[in-house]
Amino acid sequence: MPILVIAEHENGAIAPATLNTVAAAAKIGGDIHVLVAGQNVGAVGEAAAKIAGVAKVLVADNAAYAHQLPENVAPLVAELAAGYSHVLAAATSNGKNILPRVAAQLDVDQISEIISVESADTFKRPIYAGNAIATVQSSAAIKVITVRATGFDAVAAEGGSAAVESVSAAHDAGKSSFVSEELAKSDRPELTAAKIVVSGGRGMQNGDNFKHLYALADKLGAAVGASRAAVDAGFVPNDMQVGQTGKIVAPQLYIAVGISGAIQHLAGMKDSKVIVAINKDEEAPIFQVADYGLVADLFEAVPELEKLV
Amino acid sequence: MKILVPIKRVVDFNIKVRPKTDGSGVDLDNVKMAINPFDEIAMEEAVRLKEQGKASEVIAVSCGTPLSQETLRTALALGADRAILIESDQELQPLAVAKLLKALADIEQPDLVILGKQAIDDDCNQTGQMLAALLDRPQGTFASKLAFEGGQVTVTREVDGGLETLRLTLPAIVTADLRLNEPRYVTLPNIMKAKKKPLQVLTPAELNVDISPRLRTLKVAEPPVRPAGVKVPDVATLVAKLKHEAKVI
Repeated sequence: MPILVIAEHENGAIAPATLNTVAAAAKIGGDIHVLVAGQNVGAVGEAAAKIAGVAKVLVADNAAYAHQLPENVAPLVAELAAGYSHVLAAATSNGKNILPRVAAQLDVDQISEIISVESADTFKRPIYAGNAIATVQSSAAIKVITVRATGFDAVAAEGGSAAVESVSAAHDAGKSSFVSEELAKSDRPELTAAKIVVSGGRGMQNGDNFKHLYALADKLGAAVGASRAAVDAGFVPNDMQVGQTGKIVAPQLYIAVGISGAIQHLAGMKDSKVIVAINKDEEAPIFQVADYGLVADLFEAVPELEKLV
Repeated sequence: MKILVPIKRVVDFNIKVRPKTDGSGVDLDNVKMAINPFDEIAMEEAVRLKEQGKASEVIAVSCGTPLSQETLRTALALGADRAILIESDQELQPLAVAKLLKALADIEQPDLVILGKQAIDDDCNQTGQMLAALLDRPQGTFASKLAFEGGQVTVTREVDGGLETLRLTLPAIVTADLRLNEPRYVTLPNIMKAKKKPLQVLTPAELNVDISPRLRTLKVAEPPVRPAGVKVPDVATLVAKLKHEAKVI
């Protein structure tokens, strides 16, 4: 049976995490269908049809699916799921919001944030903030899974030529409504997809000092992240948080500045290819995972680093 | 408004657990256990709503072994009015917990259920959403702010790009994010008072719920170990190493 991938999209564009999710679907094997649910999502459907390896795109264009309200989208997915062996979505805030609801409607378990596919029914996922990796096997008729994007290399966004079909089913539970959103604007690359990430922690002392990290990030073409301590102290907004409860990143280079390296933070970045730590406390746990550690005052080291790169 | 707050007994968040050598799970012998941090936030929110006169009763519920009574006493000391333990020695997966909570919600008829957004042991982030689906109620997940008005709750949610605000019709399900509030400390007088508060014990059989695990854990292993790194003496060496050795910039 084919595999259904729920497309993640915003502002009329496919989100990069969808490409990693399609890659996970390809590892399972079988025809891959992509569902694009939303309002005015014709262009997204066309973009989804171009993703390499996708056989069919289902477009559910309806006002009820605007803003991806789970009360409306989950019944749609549950209804479509009957014809599929697997239903996959990226482990983004949207995927995590909708898929467990789908699973409960189907009376099956849901498998969260898989990092590898062992076989069509067996998957690996991190537990205990990434301190252990569980291999789990599901006997459910329909496997409902969220995919950790950093665990799979993205498939090509171009090259496919899938058929596009429209889905007329409209579900409007009428129990929830969208009021507003407040999205952080930035010219820097998106945190979860960036090749280089520069992150600051409590050691930054205040929000204004993050300007040193922004300057370094701009020179490297990097995204800027933060530890929970920096977010809770109000230095930066919460969508910049990297960790167990924030975003999971695995860039080529992760530069941790003034971050001690609590278990919860490491959970979000320890799969980075190269980790650099800059901290004045040489006992900080971050040095245990850093490939290159520099014991120095960040207020001297970061501007110097910016000059030299 | 009656509020139900499900809580879970988990390993303390500061503890770095290790998988057992036989791969059957993680070693939790003699490890400090505590209330799941997200559930503590959920309980704090419920207690604040009661203090503001918006909630009439706060019920803490936990599913698990008799040891979870201890966690429920903590919830009572934080301000819950009464507690219910659904006792089971079996492994409980999110769908089973959601079904138990649904059965309990059918009896208690809460207007609001506040859960933590995820437990820090299984890291599933599923139970609240599943409960909402089973009860056919709206959900406000990853909440960082709640406001109540005329049979509705306005929920500000933490989403990938920033914040999103939704309006849900009560009864509803909310899952708490870290930034919803700062939980209070339990005081000794409150711990003493909590000992006198009612704690009811039920079984899954009494609620007529099948809790058999659907997902089989084949193995629990250590994550790949990163080889030890090096300390560099200065910024210039760091840049040189990143350019020529790691070739990442």
